[in-house]
Amino acid sequence: MKAVKILNGNQTIAEAARQINPDVVAAYPITPSTAIVETIAQFKADGMISSEFVCPESEHSAMSVCIGAAAAGGRVMTATSSQGLALMWEMLYIAAGLRLPVVAAIVNRALSAPINIHGDHSDTMGARDSGWIQIYSENCQEAYDNFIQAFRIGEHLDVRTPVLVGLDGFIISHSAEPVLIEDDREVRSFIGEFKPVFPLLDTSRKITVGPIDFTDYYFEHKRSQIEGIENSPRVIEEVGREYGQKFGRFYGFFEEYRMDDAETAIVVMSSAAGTGKDAIDELRSEGLRIGLLKPRVFRPFPHEKIAEALKKIKAVAVLDRASSPGAFGAPLFTEIRSALYDYGQRPKIVNYVYGLGGRDINVEHFKEVAAKLQKIAETGKVEEMLGYLNLRE
Amino acid sequence: MKKETWTELAIGALNLQAGNSVSNLTGTWRSGRKPEFIEDNCIQCFFCWLYCPHFAVRVEEGKVTGFNYDYCTGCGLCAEECPTKEKAIVMVKEETKIIEEGKK
Ligand code: SF4
Ligand code: SF4
Repeated sequence: MKAVKILNGNQTIAEAARQINPDVVAAYPITPSTAIVETIAQFKADGMISSEFVCPESEHSAMSVCIGAAAAGGRVMTATSSQGLALMWEMLYIAAGLRLPVVAAIVNRALSAPINIHGDHSDTMGARDSGWIQIYSENCQEAYDNFIQAFRIGEHLDVRTPVLVGLDGFIISHSAEPVLIEDDREVRSFIGEFKPVFPLLDTSRKITVGPIDFTDYYFEHKRSQIEGIENSPRVIEEVGREYGQKFGRFYGFFEEYRMDDAETAIVVMSSAAGTGKDAIDELRSEGLRIGLLKPRVFRPFPHEKIAEALKKIKAVAVLDRASSPGAFGAPLFTEIRSALYDYGQRPKIVNYVYGLGGRDINVEHFKEVAAKLQKIAETGKVEEMLGYLNLRE
Repeated sequence: MKKETWTELAIGALNLQAGNSVSNLTGTWRSGRKPEFIEDNCIQCFFCWLYCPHFAVRVEEGKVTGFNYDYCTGCGLCAEECPTKEKAIVMVKEETKIIEEGKK
């Protein structure tokens, strides 16, 4: 039976994992995602899942187990955060290069130094070129819905690419809210049977996984890998639509909030988008024609669709919860600015880095951005393209 | 041999012909020296067979009988590991042949 439950983000992911019941869960606990692993372990101890639960000595090993289990022919998942994801680095590229549809819940949080346990997107933004599909969630419900869809997307035979689902550390992982947990059987029927491709455990067909490539084949194999993620937009759309038809919540590449007649817009991902929408409502009631665009899929980056959605806006602010030291703007900004390059009509665009290490972002900060956008829209002049929000200066 | 384009390759860089390294004649890498078997000194401990990285130690009817030079790279591990007092494997000089790629 489907039911509304009061769950935090970690419990929500664990609930989805219980329903999906993967063949193998391999994970090492790390704050703030610890409770995902802990809750799944409890499910296993209580006999509620049949998954093989492996708790290795590190995240590097956890991802290695995932890779081995996926190559063997299993449906596999893990969960981690920040330093844990950083320790998985080497193996992230291997999962992607071998086209193994591992699914990972990443509770987004800052990277050391300084040591910090709070939420930002430094971890997954750093992994943006590892070849994984990246989907971000605004709240617990989206984390649940995204996590379920991730299996269908990654396992699609044209895609066969690992998928990570991001949810903000503490703000989502540790905040309880009502989540509609769908019926177990309905979720299972949506996910369907896992169809392994050339599994190692099929001894009738002997294969080698991960042999060495020299100058003669590496480049071709890498190009072949890229094809998987390039095939994924169609699948992401199909799965998002099918999920909506079945469960009533439709998903695309991004969400547009009050963008219809907007003159200015704020682009922001994940939990801050919730605060942003409140700010937009207040600003709208004050007469400002402002909207919000919340990217959901960051890899593959929906460059054409986002550019189409923004091209007629006068001034856009992209908010990034990660920095890219030395780069021309933070990750989301550089993608969007580049996506708009070919358009004759395009907005003035600015970038604000916000919320590093869990620094608050509230309605007032969005209003600050809105005021700056308004001035840019009126004057057509950008005084400061790259800035910081709620930083003591 | 014509090499595949990226669309012709198995996804995930899989090798669907496991064991196809037999077609890779690593013996062509050998330069300057090769192992020689002295049967009289051999105690059939199989260390050489175990340590050889290229499966180049020939075994016939349960006995080490020498080397398969198509695969032996001349690395000398077998001679190093051979435990007998009077070595049953010694490395000897060999004239290096220039072999064109892909030809035996
Ligand atoms: S020299 Fe090296 S490759 Fe040749 S048989 Fe001995 S161990 Fe094997
Ligand atoms: S290591 Fe030496 S003694 Fe042992 S089997 Fe090989 S050749 Fe014989």
